[in-house]
Order: sequence, then structure tokens, then C-alpha cells
Amino acid sequence: MSRYLGRKLLIYLLTFFLAVTIDWLIPRLMPGDPINVMISRLGPRNPQEVQLLREYYLKIFALDVPMWQQYINFWKSVFRGDLGRSTLFFPRPVLDIIKASVPYDILLLLPAILLSWFAGNNFGALAARRRWLDNTVLPLGYILTATPYMWLALLLAWALGIVAGIFPIAGAYSFDLRPHLSWRFIQDLLLHWFLPFLSLFMVMFGGWAIGMRNMIIYELEADYSRYLEALGAPQGLIRRYAFRNALLPQITGLALQLGTIVAGAVATEVVFAYPGIGNLIVQAIQNQDYFLIQGCFLFIILGVLLANLLIDIAYVIVDPRTRLGMTGEAA
Amino acid sequence: MGLKRSEFLFFAWRNRKLRIGVSIVIFFVILAIVGPFLTKYPPNEYVEAAAFPPSKEHWFGTTIFGQDVFSQFVHGLKATFVVGLIGGTIGTFLGILIGFTAGYRGGMVDEVLNMVTNIVLIIPTLAVLIIIAAYLTVRGILTESVLIGLTAWPWAARAIRAQTFSLRVRDYVDLARMSGVGSMKIIFGEIAPNMMSYLLLVYILQFGGAVLNAAALDFIGLGPTNTISLGLMMNYALLWAALPLGIWWWFVPPGLAITAIVGALYVTNVGLDEVFNPKLREM
Amino acid sequence: MLQVENLTVYYKTLRGYVRALERATFTVADGEIMGLAGESGCGKTTLGHSIIYLRPPMNYIEGRVVLDGQELPIWDMERMREFRYRHVSLIPQYAMNALNPTRKIGKMIAELLESREMNYDEILPELKRRLDLVQLSHDVLKMYPIELSGGMKQRTVMVVSTLLNPSLLIADEITSALDVSTQKAVCEMLVEFRDRGFVKSTIIITHDISILYQIADSILVMYAGQLSEKAPTETIFRDARHPYTQMLIGSLPKVGVRYQEERLRGIPGSPPQLLDPPPGCRFRDRCPVAFDRCVEVPPFLEISPGHFVACWRAY
Repeated sequence: MSRYLGRKLLIYLLTFFLAVTIDWLIPRLMPGDPINVMISRLGPRNPQEVQLLREYYLKIFALDVPMWQQYINFWKSVFRGDLGRSTLFFPRPVLDIIKASVPYDILLLLPAILLSWFAGNNFGALAARRRWLDNTVLPLGYILTATPYMWLALLLAWALGIVAGIFPIAGAYSFDLRPHLSWRFIQDLLLHWFLPFLSLFMVMFGGWAIGMRNMIIYELEADYSRYLEALGAPQGLIRRYAFRNALLPQITGLALQLGTIVAGAVATEVVFAYPGIGNLIVQAIQNQDYFLIQGCFLFIILGVLLANLLIDIAYVIVDPRTRLGMTGEAA
Repeated sequence: MGLKRSEFLFFAWRNRKLRIGVSIVIFFVILAIVGPFLTKYPPNEYVEAAAFPPSKEHWFGTTIFGQDVFSQFVHGLKATFVVGLIGGTIGTFLGILIGFTAGYRGGMVDEVLNMVTNIVLIIPTLAVLIIIAAYLTVRGILTESVLIGLTAWPWAARAIRAQTFSLRVRDYVDLARMSGVGSMKIIFGEIAPNMMSYLLLVYILQFGGAVLNAAALDFIGLGPTNTISLGLMMNYALLWAALPLGIWWWFVPPGLAITAIVGALYVTNVGLDEVFNPKLREM
Repeated sequence: MLQVENLTVYYKTLRGYVRALERATFTVADGEIMGLAGESGCGKTTLGHSIIYLRPPMNYIEGRVVLDGQELPIWDMERMREFRYRHVSLIPQYAMNALNPTRKIGKMIAELLESREMNYDEILPELKRRLDLVQLSHDVLKMYPIELSGGMKQRTVMVVSTLLNPSLLIADEITSALDVSTQKAVCEMLVEFRDRGFVKSTIIITHDISILYQIADSILVMYAGQLSEKAPTETIFRDARHPYTQMLIGSLPKVGVRYQEERLRGIPGSPPQLLDPPPGCRFRDRCPVAFDRCVEVPPFLEISPGHFVACWRAY
């Protein structure tokens, strides 16, 4: 088991290393002078301020030292948690801005991912059992997973937000409220949360349902299922085993889907102006706020790595083979 | 399991999923080709009163600026297929190159390539695309397609590596069993077609993935700067208050088309899988 | 005692029925170990499986299977469930993969028994005795299948399959994945199980006739979906009357070498395809002694006590 997790951990460390390197490298590969762009983004200021800013950015980017030195400096500041200052929300530090967004991402993504995974798997297993359900659920599942996240988000916002007028369609809470712990605020928060959650949930649900349906049919044809059937075991037991074993690739699938989920979260947050990192990175791009873009990228990678690690731990708990260290490649 | 061409066509035609999927894709391909000739309005020209609902004159209505939505739609459709074609091809090609090399050579080469694949696989494609696109001030549809293709290969490489592994083993067994006689026939008659069918499935998924990735990229405003696309239409619709103003005809067609095309590709894939894999065929 | 009468099972395919098993009639006595031999695709697996586990694309056409005087509802997957394991059991060809990879073996057995309304704890002592018999440690019950070697898995499956003392045990190609010494041990185990009364009748399906020489009491030879000959093992090897059996025995190298090819070395030609087989004896195209009578199906007749043959030349 330790070998399995150790190998995974090595991959994650390398991934982090690569991500930070990309983060550092790309602005330096691009044409143009980012400092000029950034200063011009801040709008007209007096020359003295411009000079101060230029010095600040020069120090941050440290463009006057050799490349390798710049690279090491970049790493140092990453570890110090110094991700620079945002130009869009000047002079707030990037880290602060991101920290304020993270809770909304967790609030949105964690329930959407987990609930869609549980519901999708159970539904898929049910579909594999009944033909009529299979014939209706399967096409619906394919349509759902093929739906671009933002389109479903737009449709839901239009239908349930504008036409039916049930849900608000922008922000995490009403403009006239400040975040505080009260029943009124929580209610408002949930009301704003529901549509983005629902649209993420629905697209992912389709994918899990199809995946489980196909896996369980495969497992029901597996040798161990046939053996149990030959020994007269009732369908209930055979299906229970098949379901449990089909969950294993679905857990791996969760890890593989994280990239798509990130894309979905970005698009959904943009539609609903939901103040998570996805919305933040798009705002940063539109305003060419380079430090904020870099910071968001880094945090997205960190989130994905953390999620991967949690999934690995879950996998080890569920699959005895990884515990025994007897499989080379499980995920 | 190698299939003769006539046999393949026989099963292919019998497969309802394949028939439906292919029909939908062909419908949209034709629409993308013929569409621009059906409309007299250039996609970005302000031709009419703003926010006109669908009518005889403007089949899909007009945008808030008075652009013809149908014209934008068919031009965007074309862009969608271009991205799918180029992005899907590059992604599949890299996947084949890396996956096949790793699976066939094995050993150290495999170890290294597999490690690289696993690392790149974890980094969310869209996040990388975002930071690359963010620093490119001028972006064309070609750049976008190439970028998408360059970041889409890891899962394909992994799948192809696994497939190559299993074929290599089967190959070995077959060769030993047939002791020389007809081994070439087996390789070209059984193994090559088997891999080809698998690659076709990978390509279709890469195509669909590229279309979805492009839509996401365009939607957040990092798509092509010089042309219209389906994702960009939805972006404009959102930015210019199509929701509160109820201009549904602006954002419904582009999303619907993407859903239909990608969904049809998935269904085609399932259908093809059933045709290629006799175990899945319904008796 | 197992009595099979006129058992006919076809495979349903897109192009029509594949006539894999045609009017099979034979008996297996209590205590008898019967080998079921023939080339691959001759219908021996179809025959073995249809007695316990007849499911699509296999289609029941006609015939009766009677075990200990009671007819088995083989055409009904659901009603057969009751008979499986208690009365008819199977050691599958895929014994290496037959155990659920994510369950400890003891737990799997417990859940299987409880699903059949039996008490694991009551059966546990007997289970442990049988593990001892096949020289498996009791720790196996606390292990996952992946922790077992191939031979251990094979023995575990043999113990599990015979745990309820079934009247009939079908062993399907159980030796094909094993090396020669393990093969021998497995075969001896089957005899031991019979001698100790764990099972009454045993059918061993194999393409390896030399395995049967050591352990089978009788051998049933099949060709292209039809029964060719059944006789005591000695008789089959010394005095086979069906030309196919003769060639099968004749083509056999002295000891141990197996023929795995679809096409039998030494017998020219190949079996007819069973989608639309020619009428009459299906061996006649390859038969050196075929004559005009062979366009009629030869009946499976007893020419001497316990010796059945279906050949116009043999009566």
C-alpha cells in the first residue's frame, strides 16, 4: 500500500513542479512587456506612482537577474505564499483574493461532485437492471454528458431564473446582504447556490450513470459473476458484487474527470457570476491581471492534486488489491 | 476480431445507435457547408433591428446588435468542425505516437513515457489552455485547434498504450501457436484491423472533446479573436444580457448544436463499439 | 444417476441456429466419472453447460435431463437456481478468475451459503476438513483471491464447488491452464472426491483424452454436435468402434501431448460448420469408411453392455 501511495505522491510532486514551472515560464515566453501592460491597466496615475509601481513589478518579476535566478526566486515566493498583488483589485494581495473565493468553490463543487457520483452510480446500476429504464436513461445520459456546462447553465438560468422567476441568477448572495451567520443569509446563500449546483450536478450525473451502466454490464459478464450464477446464487448477491466492483473504475474515473469538472466549474461560475476561482480567473484574464491568473492557476492545480490524493486514499480503502500492494497500475 | 468489409457494413447498418449518431453528425456537417450559402447576411454585420425574434426573414432571429443569428450559427458550426477535425487529429496523433511507443517498446521507455503521461493527465487541460491563451493577444481558430490538440493527448496515449500491450501479448501467443504458418495473415487480418477500430473510437472521442474544450474556451472569451464560433455566441449572449432580456434564440441554437453533435459522436462511438465487438452485439 | 434423453440445444445467431448439440442420449451412473471428449466446437461444452447453466445465446430445443429420478428444469434459468450447487455443480474452466477479487474467500463463501439459506458456521467445520484434504491452510478463508497462487485458487474452487455434496459435478476443462504435475494432482483430487462420496457422478469435459485415461471410468466422444461413442475407458482405448474415435486415439502421441488445434493433426479435413450442417452422419466427409447409408443419421446404439456407438459400420 505504501508503495502504491508513494508512487502516486511522487507523481503529484512532479505534477506540482511542472505546474509551477509552466506558471513561471509562460508569461516569459509571451511577446510584449507585461509590466507596461499591467501599469497601463491601472489607469492614469501620477508619474511618481507609476515609477513606484514599475519598481515594485521589476522587483517581483526580477527581470534584471539571470533566468535561473528568476526561477528560483519564483519558487521562493510560491513557498512564502507571496503570489504578488492584483492589478484588478489593486492593491490586494492575490493570495487574499483567492482565499476569499475558495470557500465558494468548495460549497459548489464538493456537493455537486459527490452527489452526482452517488446518484449517477446508483441510477446507472438500476438502468442496467431494467430494459425500459435502460432505453430511456441511456439516451438521456448521453445527451447530458454531451451538454456544454455553460449551455445547461444558461438554459437553467433562463428557465428557472428569468421565466419562472424562482431563483436568482447572479452572485453567491443578494447585493443588499453582507455575509453573516443568520437564517436569512443562509437561505439567500442556498437560493443562489442552487442553480449553479444543479447545472454542474446534471452534466456530471449523465456521465456517471452511463459509466456505471456500462461497467456493471461488463462485471455481470465477468467470470466471478458467472461462477456465482452457476452455483445458484440469487441475482441480488451477484448484482451486489458487480456493483461494488464496478465502483472501483468509477473512483478512478472520478480522478480522470477532475479536469473536465474544472472546466465545467469555470463556465458555470461565469454564467452565474458565482464568486469562485473559476469566475476569478476569467475576470483576471479579461483585465490582464497576470499575477491573479498565475495564482488562480496554481490554486486550481493544488485543488486537483488534493482531490487526487483523497481519491487515491478512497481507492486504497475500497480495493484490497492495492492494500496488498499486488497491483502495479490501478489508476 | 477482424471483420470483413461487407460484414462490417451489415452490422453497421443494423445498429440503430450508429445510424442515428452518424445521421445527426452528417446533418450538421451539411448544414455547416451549405448554411453560409442559405443566408444573405454576413455573420457579424448589423443588418436589422435589435433583438428580433425568429421570423421568415431571420430564421433564428437577430442579436441585440441586429446581427443575423442563423448566419452566425452556420459560420460557428463550421468553426466547430474545424476545431474538432484539427484538434482531434493532433490529439489522436500524439496519443498514438506516445501510447504506441510506450506500449510497444516497454521497459525504460515505457516507464518514462508513462510517468510523463500520468503527470500531464492530472493538470486540467482547460487551466493550461487558459493561461496560454491569456498571453496570446491575437488568436485564430487554427491556433486554438492546435493548442487544444497539444493538450488533449494524455488519456488517448494511456488507452492506446494499454491496447498495444494486450495486442503484443496476443500477437506473441498467436505466433507461437500458429508456428509460422499464416502469422502475417493474422497480424494484418486480425490485429491491425482490431487496432484500427480502436483508434477510430479514440479519434471520435478526441473530436468531441476538442469541440467541448473549444466551446468552453470561446465562452470565457479566450477563443478566436477574428471569427465567430458557437462558444463565442453564448459568450456574447451572456455579456449582453440575453438572459434578462429573454433573447433565448441567441443562446439556444449554439448550445443545442454542440450538444447534438457531441452526443451524436458519443452514440456513434457506442454503436461502433458494438459493431466491432461481437460480445456487445445484440442477438 | 444422470439420465439425458434427446437433449438438443442450439445457439441463436443472426444468421440462424447453430446446431451445437443434437439429440444427445446417455446416462452417467452413481460413482461414475465420465470423460467428455472431442475437438473444440464439437458441442461438449454446450452439453456440459446446458445441464447446469443454459442461457442465451444457448437455446433449449428439446430433451430431458433427469437427475436421481427428478427432472431438471434446465430451460428455466430461475427454476434451475434451486438445483444448482445442491444437486448439480460446476468447476469452471476459468477457475483462476472464478472468485470475486474484492471479497475475502471465507466471506464470499459465507455470503453465497447464506444467500442459499444455509448457515456458514454450521458448514465451516466441514469446509475446514476439506481444505485440509486438498492441503490448503485455513488462512485461505481470510485471504483475497489475489493472494493465492494459481494452483491454490484451483483447489479452492474445487472445494467450494463440491461443498454441498452435489449429485453431479461438471468439471469443465479444468486442467487446460495447469502444468502437468498440477494436472495430475487435480485429477487425483476428483477421484478422491468421488471415493469419499462428496459427489456421485462426475463429468469431466476435456479436449485432452490422455488425461481421461488415468481417471475416467468411461468416455463419451462427440463430433460436430453429435454423440459418436460412449464406452468404458479401456474399451475406448483398446476397442473403439467409431472411426472418429479410432482416429482420435490413433492420432494421440503416447503420453501427455495435447492437441489444441482446431484441426486435428492426423485427421484430414475439418468439421462441418453447424449453421446448416449436411444431413446424416456429420463425420462422413472426413470418414475413410463412409458409404451411402451415412446420409441417414446413425442411431446411438448399445452394441455391447455399456458400449454405445453411432456408426452404420459398427452395428
